[in-house]
Amino acid sequence: MSSAARRRRHARTQTARYAGIAVLLMFFLFPIYWLFAISFKTADEIFASPPVWVPGSLQLGNYFVLFKDGDAFTVWNSLVTAGLSTVLATMIGGVCAYSLARYRTGGNALASWVLSQRMVPPIVVVFPIFLLYVAFGWIDSYGGLILLYAAFNLPYVIWVMRGYIQDIPVELEEAALVDGCTRLQVLWKVVLPLARGGLFATAVFAFVFAWNDFLFALVLTRTEVTTFPVQVTHYFGGQSNFWAKIAAMSVLGTLPVFVIVVALQRFLVRGISMGAVKG
Amino acid sequence: MTHPGYAAARKRPKRDFFPVVLVGPAIFLLLLVGLFPLIYSIVVSFQGLTMTDEDTSFQGFANYAQLFHDSRLWESILHTVIITVVALPLEVLLGLGMALLLLDPIRGRQAFVALLVLPTMISPVVAGATWRLLFDHHFGPINEVLGWITGHEQALLWVVMPDLVYPSILICEIWQWTPFMFLLLLAALTGVDRSAVEAAEIDGATYWQKLWHIELPAIQPVMIVAVLIRALDLARVFDVVWALTKGGPGTMTETVSIYAYIQGFQQFETSYTAAIAFLIIALLSVLMTAAVRKVEFVR
Repeated sequence: MSSAARRRRHARTQTARYAGIAVLLMFFLFPIYWLFAISFKTADEIFASPPVWVPGSLQLGNYFVLFKDGDAFTVWNSLVTAGLSTVLATMIGGVCAYSLARYRTGGNALASWVLSQRMVPPIVVVFPIFLLYVAFGWIDSYGGLILLYAAFNLPYVIWVMRGYIQDIPVELEEAALVDGCTRLQVLWKVVLPLARGGLFATAVFAFVFAWNDFLFALVLTRTEVTTFPVQVTHYFGGQSNFWAKIAAMSVLGTLPVFVIVVALQRFLVRGISMGAVKG
Repeated sequence: MTHPGYAAARKRPKRDFFPVVLVGPAIFLLLLVGLFPLIYSIVVSFQGLTMTDEDTSFQGFANYAQLFHDSRLWESILHTVIITVVALPLEVLLGLGMALLLLDPIRGRQAFVALLVLPTMISPVVAGATWRLLFDHHFGPINEVLGWITGHEQALLWVVMPDLVYPSILICEIWQWTPFMFLLLLAALTGVDRSAVEAAEIDGATYWQKLWHIELPAIQPVMIVAVLIRALDLARVFDVVWALTKGGPGTMTETVSIYAYIQGFQQFETSYTAAIAFLIIALLSVLMTAAVRKVEFVR
């Protein structure tokens, strides 16, 4: 094949690939576009047939209603519970991972057990936890939900951070010990700075998991700490749905996650696969 | 001169509490949500508890016997299996196709990948809600587009009609989770040793020969892990179906998770729900064990 022919063929392949990518983008992004579009539509535009493809203006009325009625508070609840549970899970999960990685505490058996906890279906756990929380008076409390989200995220945090710490050369820690640091100081002054990148990425994904949860929040909250996914399902009626509210609330709950995806592109693979697969 | 380093710690692990203290809080929390529900479920499943009746007397295997006569339970298991068996292969195939399409360098590749991954990051409830808006028979864009294609107006009741509820759920499920497969397989394909592929090229191998004999075998371990993780996720599917159909019409799309939820939180059958929970664990244990082994192996 001459080089000119090869170049022509290459150009044709690239064009075909762009066409394929365009179809994919259409399928995967149009639903998201539609959600955003509805959130900006007026009632007349939402209930129009044929559908209005582009909202007439970026009017924020649907959002104002959510803030005026206090529904937007559920996003704050999501922020508090997902945020604090992430802090808790990364802190105690991080030191646990360090212990598993460096001291082989509990050997492979403990590490496997931690991993297996991630595989247990939430529906199995949620009913006993519900009864436990009723007995303790923890239903509809920030503390109860935060504790559960933290526990739920621990296997993920521990598993990913264990792998991350294993990749950090041990010589630095040994040198610090020779220089007279205590083991706690080594953990704080040597390991923590080195593991910061991994810890940060892990925390972000733990946050997203907690942020997106529905089942635990549905069961363990009533009115005070309702999170946004539960609130979205409140807008479904038997006969009619509150379309504008569904869309606006969904967008409020989705935007933070999108910001995270764009900001953390390079961590995506490692985070999303629960560290199962080296990216 | 000795230092309390790792070597020393490893030599006398029995007297060293430092690693155990570090592990302590995490293990305590895991036991609270992992072991306590398990023990509780075992105990309660042998009693006759409901939310209104505190009957803690020993009932033997009555609840477990009831499992076998509960046709609604087995139907819910069947529904879950149907969703899993249809969605999973499609997600793998579509995800693989997407990964191959974006494997070679192309302008804008990084942006395309980031955009295509967005559905996976969305809350499943929001995904379900979004598709419910799209599927609306009167105001939704899907029927409108189908109308253009078929030439006459369509008013298909997507999430209501018995023939269409499963396609609706599957489309939503595949839309949300194919990007997950895509991302993992793309990462795996990127990691395949290029020298082997190039050697095959020099020997005159076609694109499909390279794919079949070199690239696919190389990414097989990752593929197995991805399939196992997704299979476990699909076996517990709740949010998406809840948002789309709430298990309806009737009980047509009720999954195991939804059925267990209804028994526990709407019928208040405490002991029976515990028995169901135990059945779910038993049914999934093979899958769970395989997943743990494979994930460890790949690391």
